[in-house]
Amino acid sequence: MEQQLNELQSQALEKIAAAADLKELNDIRVAYLGKKGPVTEVLKGMGKLSAEERPKMGALVNVVRETIANAIEEKQTVLEAAAIEQQLALETVDVTLPGSPVKIGAQHPLTRITEEIEDLFIGMGYTVAEGPEVEQDYYNFEALNLPKGHPARDMQDTFYITPELLMRTHTSPVQVRTMQKHGGRGPVKIICPGKVYRRDSDDATHSHQFTQIEGLVVGENIRMSDLKGTLDVFAKKMFGADREIRLRPSFFPFTEPSVEVDVSCMCGGKGCSICKGTGWIEVLGAGMVHPNVLEMAGFDSTKYTGFAFGMGQERIAMLKYGIDDIRHFYTNDLRFLKQFSVHE
Amino acid sequence: MFVSYKWLAQYVDLSGVTPQELAEKITRAGIEVEGVETPASEMKNIVVGYVKEREQHPNADKLNKCLVDIGEDEPVQIICGAKNVDAGQYVAVAKTGAVLPGNFKIKRAKLRGEESNGMICSLQELGIESRLAPKEYAEGIFNFPNDVTPGEDALEALNRDDAILELSLTPNRSDALSMIGVAYEVAAILDRDVKLPEPNPAEADEKSADSISIRIDAPADNPLYIARVVKNVKIGPSPLWMQTYLMNAGVRPHNNVVDITNYVLMEYGQPLHAFDLDRLGSKEIVVRRAADGEKFVTLDDTERTLSSDQLVITDGKKPVALAGVMGGANSEVHEGTVNVLIESAYFDGQIVRTASKAHVLRSEASARFEKGVDPSRVQAACDRAAELMADLAGGTVLSGSVIAGDLSMEQKQVSITLEKLNTVLGTDLQMDSVEDIFRRLQFETETVGSEITVTVPTRRGDIAIPEDLTEEVARLYGYDHIPLTLPEGAVQPGSLSPYQLGRRIVRRYLEGTGFNQAITYSLTSSKRASEFALEQREPVALSMPMSEERAFLRQSLLPHLIEAAAYNNARQMASVALYETSSIYLNEGENVQPKEEERLAGVVTGMWHEHLWQGEKKAVDFFTVKGIVEGLAARIGLQDRLTFQKAAPAGFHPGRTAEVLLDSEPVGFIGQLHPSLAKEVDVKEAYLFELKLDVMLHAAREDLSYAAIPRYPSIGRDIALVVDSTVEAAALEAVIKHAGGSLLTSVRVFDVYEGQRMEEGKKSVAFALTYADPEKTLTDEEVTAVHEKVLIALKEQADAELRG
Ligand SMILES: [Zn+2]
Repeated sequence: MEQQLNELQSQALEKIAAAADLKELNDIRVAYLGKKGPVTEVLKGMGKLSAEERPKMGALVNVVRETIANAIEEKQTVLEAAAIEQQLALETVDVTLPGSPVKIGAQHPLTRITEEIEDLFIGMGYTVAEGPEVEQDYYNFEALNLPKGHPARDMQDTFYITPELLMRTHTSPVQVRTMQKHGGRGPVKIICPGKVYRRDSDDATHSHQFTQIEGLVVGENIRMSDLKGTLDVFAKKMFGADREIRLRPSFFPFTEPSVEVDVSCMCGGKGCSICKGTGWIEVLGAGMVHPNVLEMAGFDSTKYTGFAFGMGQERIAMLKYGIDDIRHFYTNDLRFLKQFSVHE
Repeated sequence: MFVSYKWLAQYVDLSGVTPQELAEKITRAGIEVEGVETPASEMKNIVVGYVKEREQHPNADKLNKCLVDIGEDEPVQIICGAKNVDAGQYVAVAKTGAVLPGNFKIKRAKLRGEESNGMICSLQELGIESRLAPKEYAEGIFNFPNDVTPGEDALEALNRDDAILELSLTPNRSDALSMIGVAYEVAAILDRDVKLPEPNPAEADEKSADSISIRIDAPADNPLYIARVVKNVKIGPSPLWMQTYLMNAGVRPHNNVVDITNYVLMEYGQPLHAFDLDRLGSKEIVVRRAADGEKFVTLDDTERTLSSDQLVITDGKKPVALAGVMGGANSEVHEGTVNVLIESAYFDGQIVRTASKAHVLRSEASARFEKGVDPSRVQAACDRAAELMADLAGGTVLSGSVIAGDLSMEQKQVSITLEKLNTVLGTDLQMDSVEDIFRRLQFETETVGSEITVTVPTRRGDIAIPEDLTEEVARLYGYDHIPLTLPEGAVQPGSLSPYQLGRRIVRRYLEGTGFNQAITYSLTSSKRASEFALEQREPVALSMPMSEERAFLRQSLLPHLIEAAAYNNARQMASVALYETSSIYLNEGENVQPKEEERLAGVVTGMWHEHLWQGEKKAVDFFTVKGIVEGLAARIGLQDRLTFQKAAPAGFHPGRTAEVLLDSEPVGFIGQLHPSLAKEVDVKEAYLFELKLDVMLHAAREDLSYAAIPRYPSIGRDIALVVDSTVEAAALEAVIKHAGGSLLTSVRVFDVYEGQRMEEGKKSVAFALTYADPEKTLTDEEVTAVHEKVLIALKEQADAELRG
């Protein structure tokens, strides 16, 4: 009987070693350790044994059982690992195939420029003021030192709705409205973005609708040098730390003195097609708020001074991104818009 | 304003300053020089030639064979095609080896067998625009007057070696609309003197006053009128220097008398007019308002109908000039003119502007009157013209001027303190530097303590207040010298308003879902202005639109967004998702500012999701846009307050459109663009939304507080209901929610079926219900009790049966 058991064990171990997969192994388990398996058969034959031999044989049966079971378990671990290996091999993908697309929409470049400028000035303590696009002649012109019949009104050809109502030609009326709300008390520190309109035929450099952003600071000790310093910060943030600004005297009815502000060209002053060889690019208009404008808005011009500046987002975007035709901003061609989904 | 460098040098010493340097200095001091033209720089080897002989080309009818003395040992043969070439003429010759504008090189050539050693030039070939060339040389070659020598530089003789500075003048700097005005500016910049002409015409005994009297009936419009009479002029061409200076200034030469008035206009900035004295119907000039409907033929031979807001110069009966704008054909100087009346007057800017606008006649004269001329130059300019007519047209200047009216020549005084100046500029200037700047400007000053009082010359009408003085100081001191500082004082933190922040969140949300931001025009056509309007009003119209396409203010963002989608569809971009946040404008009545409401609109067409190699393709449909709007509501805290109800507004698909309600107030629509409209604008199946962004953002929740995460498990129950096809899911949901009470934490539709396996007119809608109690674990019995109530309510209120 002992010999029978030993044979059974080595036979089983042989088969276990040879098992190719988990199913075969399971069959072996059932065949050797199952209720109808040979080990059980051997146990059934134990009844014929003597009382002394019985426990000895019982122990031996258990050893054989355990040995086979351990071998099966060991083999099972190996086979399972192989099965997983095989499964993983089957599941392997071509990682170079395109991923499932996630849509990324783009912010319009004009909004992008606007928000960038807003954020820059918010960081310097400004708030963002907005106002109506259809304005009263008073806010668009008269309160800005442009009485009816003023020759400078020719500078801005206007879409009128009635003689008293018009499409605002700049965002300056928002400055007037904000100053009025302050009731003659400073400081005022605002930035005013928005759509504006001029009676221009649309072409590569003109658009009857465009966007502007203007800034206004009114306080008790606001100087031209503050304007210069503020715009220097702006130019460096917007165009690069190595950029400089240059002020040229100019004329706007609502500021005195008035200046045009040039930013040094990216060519570094060597001269290129963008700066037309001058090394400088005209970017914005600015000046010290005209005393008439302060007074009309309820500020005492002997006590308060202020500076204002304004620029067109289209021009900034054209310079910054190298866009050559202003009409692109209003055509909404996806091939144009989608280029602005990249974060800088 | 075109400024000739050579001409300018007559009034201010320009030595040591090149035209380019001068341009830069002028620009930096405040008047932008847009460009410097140097015509001679693109030409060379062009000399004066004398045509000794001319005969017809033996082999060509239209060519001339000329023998031309060009100052060399031997005359050269030149073949010339111009009709007007002839022996005895002094001409401009481009020698062999010469270069003409456009890099046109002149080579020795054989023309029909005859040798040609150069080219005889027209003015156009020398770079002068046809509109500026004197009429007799508008075609053919140019002839010099006799005072030139063969071989001398023709470009110099024609002042083509000049540099022409193009000044772009801002409206305040009309003082620089004259050579003398520019000379003052340049003198201040360079710190040099101004040399003014000192007209002093030799006068005859006969008095001007014997030939003419003047009466002004409209003194407000014409405060001063000065006239001089010059007799026995010989009309002919003006000297070459004058003609070429005029051409360089952009003025076409005519004859000596007219050229002189134009020359003095450019020199002094004072417009003049020359009348043929003998063609005036009387011996008097009367200045008055025109009568309404009065007819008048201006010297461009156009009959004008005048009105009473225009000023005319008359001979006492009929108009002879439209004041400050244009003379009349009836009194124009012509070849046979002998006696001339020179008019030098001060006309009010507004009246000239009105007339020049009404007749669309803008001239060098009207432009100057409109901006205001220098009162102190009215007399000087008149004298200067008289003197030149004596010198250059052989005229006899009668004694004295006839003067009517009176014009204040008083100079304004403006004061400023040094402290104010330094405070506004942020500088640390000393009084002597400030005084020096005004000395350079030739403004008289008086300093008392720290206050400087400036006497402003009449030529600088733009200077009236202390801030104007600040600007003069700043621009001549140089903005480069002003330091860089930042505003001082307490800094308050800046921020966006909650509304502005909300708008940004909405934009970022939409971009995150794949929408691209569009910006379309606010102005639109009559038809578009009313399409898709949430509220129908008469659209606001522009009074003078530039085109029908841009004549009205829009009341919806959708028409232009749809147009943009169609534009992209037409360019092989089938999938389009665009949104816009912009204002629309609602008419509030005549002369009332329209109500501007900010809207959010979008258009989406084509594929919403596409992942081809894995076989995924999802076209845009109603539920795409609905999902986007629901997501948006969730993003701004409105998810429980937005509902959708079936609607069929104009322009939308009647079966696939919903009105969006916020707390039962309509805030917009979502739905499919009506297929017939889609076809009309050539866009694919498109879905739209337009929402009242302002209303939604104002309603949006600003506070956010944490709700505890559920601690006890929930229990789910699925039900499939059979209902009439017309029953809306939302109605069933409402019944379920109401009956489910507080234990029901969520209801979701997970299946909708309508088809063969259903009875006609019926559909199946399946819901997944979730029950939970935040305080304890629910038992099955507790859930069943509530769930039974739900089923009963569904049966009773919605006639909904459980699907077997
Ligand atoms: Zn450059």
